[in-house]
Amino acid sequence: MKPGESAVISGFTDEQLSVKLLEMGFLPGSVVRFNFKAPFGDPVCVHISGFDLSLRLEEASTIIIFD
Amino acid sequence: MAHLKIALVGKPNSGKSSLFNQLTGLKQKIGNFPGITVDKRTGFCQLDESTEAEIIDLPGIYSLYPRTLDEKIVVEILTDRRNPDYPDAIAVIADATNLKNCLLLLTQLVDLRLPVVLALNMMDLAAKSGLSLDINRLSDELGMPVVMINAREGKGIDQLKRVLARGVAVSPKEIFHPANLGESVVREVQQHFGLTAPYEAFQYVQQVDRLAFLSEGDRKFIKEVAKRNDFFPYKFQGVETIHRYAFIQRVLDAVIIKSARGDWKGASKNLDKILTHRVWGYTIFFIILFLIFQSVFALAQIPMDAIDRGFAGLSSYLAGHLPEGPFFELISSGIVPGIGGIIIFIPQIAILFAFIAILEETGYMSRVVFLMDKIMRKFGLSGRSVVPLISGMACAIPAIMATRTIDNWKERLITIFVTPLMSCSARLPVFAILVALIIPKVRLLGFISLQGVALMGLYLLGFAAALLSALLMKALVEVRERSFLIMEMPTYRMPKWSNVGFTIIEKTKAFVVEAGKVIIAVSIILWVLASYGPADVMNSARKTVREQTATEGLSEQEYENRVAAYKLEHSYAGTIGKWMEPAIRPLGFDWKIGIALITSFAAREVFVSTIATIYSLGSTDESSTIKDRLKDEVNPETGGPRFTPAVGFSLLVFYTFAMQCMSTLAVVKRETKGWKWPLVQLVYMTGLAYTSALIVYQVLA
Repeated sequence: MKPGESAVISGFTDEQLSVKLLEMGFLPGSVVRFNFKAPFGDPVCVHISGFDLSLRLEEASTIIIFD
Repeated sequence: MAHLKIALVGKPNSGKSSLFNQLTGLKQKIGNFPGITVDKRTGFCQLDESTEAEIIDLPGIYSLYPRTLDEKIVVEILTDRRNPDYPDAIAVIADATNLKNCLLLLTQLVDLRLPVVLALNMMDLAAKSGLSLDINRLSDELGMPVVMINAREGKGIDQLKRVLARGVAVSPKEIFHPANLGESVVREVQQHFGLTAPYEAFQYVQQVDRLAFLSEGDRKFIKEVAKRNDFFPYKFQGVETIHRYAFIQRVLDAVIIKSARGDWKGASKNLDKILTHRVWGYTIFFIILFLIFQSVFALAQIPMDAIDRGFAGLSSYLAGHLPEGPFFELISSGIVPGIGGIIIFIPQIAILFAFIAILEETGYMSRVVFLMDKIMRKFGLSGRSVVPLISGMACAIPAIMATRTIDNWKERLITIFVTPLMSCSARLPVFAILVALIIPKVRLLGFISLQGVALMGLYLLGFAAALLSALLMKALVEVRERSFLIMEMPTYRMPKWSNVGFTIIEKTKAFVVEAGKVIIAVSIILWVLASYGPADVMNSARKTVREQTATEGLSEQEYENRVAAYKLEHSYAGTIGKWMEPAIRPLGFDWKIGIALITSFAAREVFVSTIATIYSLGSTDESSTIKDRLKDEVNPETGGPRFTPAVGFSLLVFYTFAMQCMSTLAVVKRETKGWKWPLVQLVYMTGLAYTSALIVYQVLA
């Protein structure tokens, strides 16, 4: 994904991390928007269910998006 | 008068501390939860004429499943009815503009059968965003009272107090029943412990190792039952969360009359474009850092000088007016200067934490974490290590306490380990004198002071040592624990000044209490070491000095100073200094400096006053006097000056790296729960200091 793009979440690759992501509102079927990335490309800032979150790339990469 | 215990629960950035401050005002205190090092903020509040409540502010959490040490306490209290802090009612504070996220925790509390009130905060922002809610419907759907508040301005607080005073019933709703997920496990655990709610049993199984009140036998039992029935903790936790969000979505669909427009955050988005920009982001961050340091050092100077003069005056007044005797001498020259040595750092610490609180209140701090995370991770640290490292430049004690927000143990340990290498304000008086002594007072290009450059160099040296040590630790410490940085980026807001004020009071108190007790204890020990020695030598001190100096024609004051120097030389501290001279000679130090090294072990700034005493200056803190005296000191072996640039640089490097702070060791022991890490740190830093000073002296000499 590129900054500014949105996508629908379809699942997770990491069970342990997925429970934390679910708690923050990363639900399968909901829309996540990639806001912008930090100057060195990591972490990234995303928008999910009404608020902004920062994630490290390795965390963001456990989210499977539907396309 | 009825007494209630009320717990405040909510996610970070939901306005929980504002609400706590509104409810309790100045009637709050910081303590510790028993057995663990998590600050416990409690306060009292008069709910109505006949009801008083003790308000407990629990750490901000997103759900009952904790990520950090701090957060663990919440589930521990709320699932243990015998806990002294188990509340009679809970006020969940939620950000009305982000309800979905806040309700997750609330539904968990409902399933624990806890009496809950929902306080909907930030109604002003909700109005601004065009959000419109049916509050009565929300109350019906959740089965609990809902109160609208604006915690920053204190609106709706009276209404909340009235609702709490009336008594809160348990919501009749059951949102998640762990029936399909290991029902037999839950039933068996529920029966065995006699729990009212099935969800409580579910939590026992999920968090069996985190709940400290469970005995070894309890744990064994739960694990055995879970194993027998195939309980999959992560999978079940995921199912639970999805189930709860489905419920929340249904509730929100029913109560949201008009949803929020996205454009009200526009200003915040534009700010982010600049503040996290690859060039402007860092430029602005460094300008802010620069402003903080200017203020910490320039603004604090005036009150610090006043405190210094005040305590010096008090000490000499007491010395002159108290009766003679060792006990009164201990008070006037041991305890009073010891207390002064703590109080003097309060202005700097207060100013530093004022800035940190403002940065946190405005929401900028999470952008700092965001900007710095990638860089810090290269060194085994996290973006969250930035705040402790910056705080370490005022004082390592509050800085190390601030590492509790780092959820990963390895990152937290490394941050604790390297923070004392950041040059704290106690090193400044030592640096100031030595730099003035060995660096000529010239200006480069007419306006840059060479002494200032040298001082900055020392700070950078400490910072570089911290980063390199972190890198070393990263390679050595083996901890298999996931590190993650899932962090909310709150909308920018103006700081609320009373919250800033409360933070300053809280942090300063923590410093005074934590550092205070150690510094006082050690200053008493050191005072004894420096004032007592073999009785015959000490008793004949006056006579010996009189005989030695008979031909010099000294004034009464000069004579007294000589006696003090003679006594210090022959005291136990002096004896140790002479005994260790062979060890420190390769660094260019003599026994006089050795004495100062010992006495400054409790706190570095003591170096200056010890040097003043040992060079017979009396009790002066005038740096120019000390400087001139040190300049004249002759090295008997070479006939040249004692404090050559080589000795000066060697000492500077030594003080940059050496631990030399008992209170920091005590805090590290507390935060790492044992003596292992403080001792490793002491040995490492002393070794680093010794080796570096050795290299510097041998190269320069």
